[in-house]
Amino acid sequence: MTEEIIISGFGGQGVLSMGKILAYAGIMEGKQVSWMPAYGPEQRGGTANVTVIISDDVVSSPIVSQYDTAIVLNQPSLEKFEPCIKPGGVIIYDGHSIIQPPKRDDIAAYRIDAMEEAARTGNSKVFNMLVLGGYLKVCPVASVEDVVRGLHKALPERHHKLIPMNEEAIRRGMEIIKKMN
Amino acid sequence: MMDNNQQNDYKLLKGNEVIALAAIRYGYDGFFGYPITPQSEVLETLAVEKPWETTGMVVLQAESEVASINMLYGAGCTGKLVFTSSSSPGIALMQEGISYMCGNELPGVIVSVGRGGPGLGTIQPGQADYNQAVYGGGNGDYNCIVLAPNSVQEMADCMGKAAQLTFKWRTPVIILSDGVIGQMMEKVILPPFTPRRTDAEIAAQCPWATNGIGLKSRHYNALSTLEFDPQVMEDRNRAMAEKYKRIQAEEADYELYRVDDDTDYLIVAYGISSRVSMKAVDILRENGIKVGMLRPKTLWPFPSKAISKLSEKIKSILCVEQSEGQMIHDVRLATEGQATVYHTGRSGGMISSPVDVVDAFKSMARETITKNWPKGYWIK
Amino acid sequence: MTKEELIIPENRVYGKPSLMNDTPMHYCPGCSHGLVHKIIAEVIEEMGIEEDTIAICPVGCAVFAYRYLNVDWIEASHGRAPACASAVNRLWPNKLTFTYQGDGDMACIGTGESIHAMNRGENIAMIFINNAIYGMTGGQMAPTTLMGMKTATCPYGRQADLHGYPLHITDIAATLQGTCYVTRQAVNTVPNIRKAKKAIRQAFENAMNKRGCSLVEIVSTCASGWKKTPEQANQWMEENMFPYYPLGDLKNTVQ
Repeated sequence: MTEEIIISGFGGQGVLSMGKILAYAGIMEGKQVSWMPAYGPEQRGGTANVTVIISDDVVSSPIVSQYDTAIVLNQPSLEKFEPCIKPGGVIIYDGHSIIQPPKRDDIAAYRIDAMEEAARTGNSKVFNMLVLGGYLKVCPVASVEDVVRGLHKALPERHHKLIPMNEEAIRRGMEIIKKMN
Repeated sequence: MMDNNQQNDYKLLKGNEVIALAAIRYGYDGFFGYPITPQSEVLETLAVEKPWETTGMVVLQAESEVASINMLYGAGCTGKLVFTSSSSPGIALMQEGISYMCGNELPGVIVSVGRGGPGLGTIQPGQADYNQAVYGGGNGDYNCIVLAPNSVQEMADCMGKAAQLTFKWRTPVIILSDGVIGQMMEKVILPPFTPRRTDAEIAAQCPWATNGIGLKSRHYNALSTLEFDPQVMEDRNRAMAEKYKRIQAEEADYELYRVDDDTDYLIVAYGISSRVSMKAVDILRENGIKVGMLRPKTLWPFPSKAISKLSEKIKSILCVEQSEGQMIHDVRLATEGQATVYHTGRSGGMISSPVDVVDAFKSMARETITKNWPKGYWIK
Repeated sequence: MTKEELIIPENRVYGKPSLMNDTPMHYCPGCSHGLVHKIIAEVIEEMGIEEDTIAICPVGCAVFAYRYLNVDWIEASHGRAPACASAVNRLWPNKLTFTYQGDGDMACIGTGESIHAMNRGENIAMIFINNAIYGMTGGQMAPTTLMGMKTATCPYGRQADLHGYPLHITDIAATLQGTCYVTRQAVNTVPNIRKAKKAIRQAFENAMNKRGCSLVEIVSTCASGWKKTPEQANQWMEENMFPYYPLGDLKNTVQ
């Protein structure tokens, strides 16, 4: 099994940390992983994306041009990465952030209203965990238990008290994701 | 699934972070450097770790790369194990200091996390500093040992290897990495803690060092690159050249990937390009093409002998590097004319994808077939 | 009476410091470098810190300083002695690290390194030989060359519009928080030699006691570069250099 994922959105949406937690979860599953961010001059609100690869075998190239899954959290990301998804692949998008939904019919499209859910619960910080939950529902590359174990490794000790809240968001994300085609 | 203990040994870290963490664990005495993208996490990580409170390692943000390399020079003169880290334009500023370090045969480790050039270039990853590292921009006859890690784990391993080589040969070691390996996160196991050397150990290991230890019972030490008598200077150069020959004989290192007795084609790539090429080799092999990869783990000394030997039976070689073609010259020299060498790669901060390499390979193979091969042999 | 009979310890009224070796110096007659070298040798000997001294020499006339004093020396590249010294002292904090630099080294090519080492408050001593000219390369203009002064590269005299103004790096040093002692001395007379020695001793003690960075400027002669006899050079220095670079302490936070 090799899963090549691109997560893309605005800086501040938690794109990079979502990728990191996913990669940690992969390690907990005993998988090989790589996490490769697109980096640029520091800019709040700029674009952010990260390629995460989770594999049973050694990850050869951390750079890929086609993905099994794209998680797009703003319109420019959808336009950039929808054409790069392998046929039969998956696109996941946030309903609030996307005006023009994906058009391809050879990939599975999923919508998750994570922004709305985060706003409803009044906790915008769990936005990325809701999306991560949605992704794990569609592509169960790791169990929620392993993600939680990954969180323990990824987060500094002082933030461990926030883990239950994040776990709850992941489980909620699994409930609210919807298949669109 | 692995058992819990094994998983807990793994950390998910960036290449740059690992450079810092490995240095502390390998008992480095100091770091001197100046921030530059894409390697600033090295100094940032050291600042967070505060090794001066634990191992006693000194960390100093210098006023420039020129100052950084001269701090390395001074530290090396006194027998300490120190390193600096920078990226392409910053390494350019260090060339004079590297020449001085070689001239005085000093230890010191220089981590170079390449980006696109020339000039300010881009802050995106690049491999256009092969010539800068291997051939150098400083004056005089000199060489540095150049290690080329291709994973986050190897970033850690190279810090240990560099520490050992730089004292063994009394010559600076450059770890030539790139923005991808520096910025990406992978699973890594950090080395165990090795204590820093004591003053007595330094004195025993480096009797040439200018640290005052035992001065009253020895002639004083002076480390200078200056000679007014050209004959004396030539003698020094000849002695260093002998040393470089021994390094070439003993330290050239490489790794083969899917190379076997009936390999027809070879890809030569280092650093990030070798990772991209691994996947390209896999794709080509799935298509029945007998291709393998040679990855130089040391760029100087270059694994010329291995390439020369493989060239005897290889039809052609594709050199993959993220530049307009620098290592290709060393590959060509190594083949001794026995194989045609082609180049592919992006530059200026762009990185080839595995598909790009496969496409370049197809073009190369097409040309090779036209020239040398019976018709009918082709890729699906 | 033979020479051998005369040269016996009982008759000795003067001796060179034991840290000075017998290598013939390459300095011109009348040059200040030799005197400053001797002072440094005396001070290190008197402080008893030979095994705890790491000396760093520059590029310039003092490029061969490492030949004359029996302590461990590092020959730095041009202007980078302060960077070199910063690292050395941080790695060997209980040793005396001092730099010995000329005006080109300290105030031109190495201005950045000098100012930043001082500003970081490195626990080092910096000896600065200011003779307002580039001696080793044959008498070219220095950052400290006086207005109107003739050199090989300002043969009609230094002019503001062509060459800018002399740099008062010692005055700048005195304004930096990292310096604890900044002084300007000379070695043209016996009393001045004594004062200069006292200043260098204080700078070395400051460094050993981790009080911050000390800068001792020695306003010096360059008889050859100035195209004068040693005697004329001393006189010219007193008449022209001292008014522009007045002797005395600019800063002393230790006292």
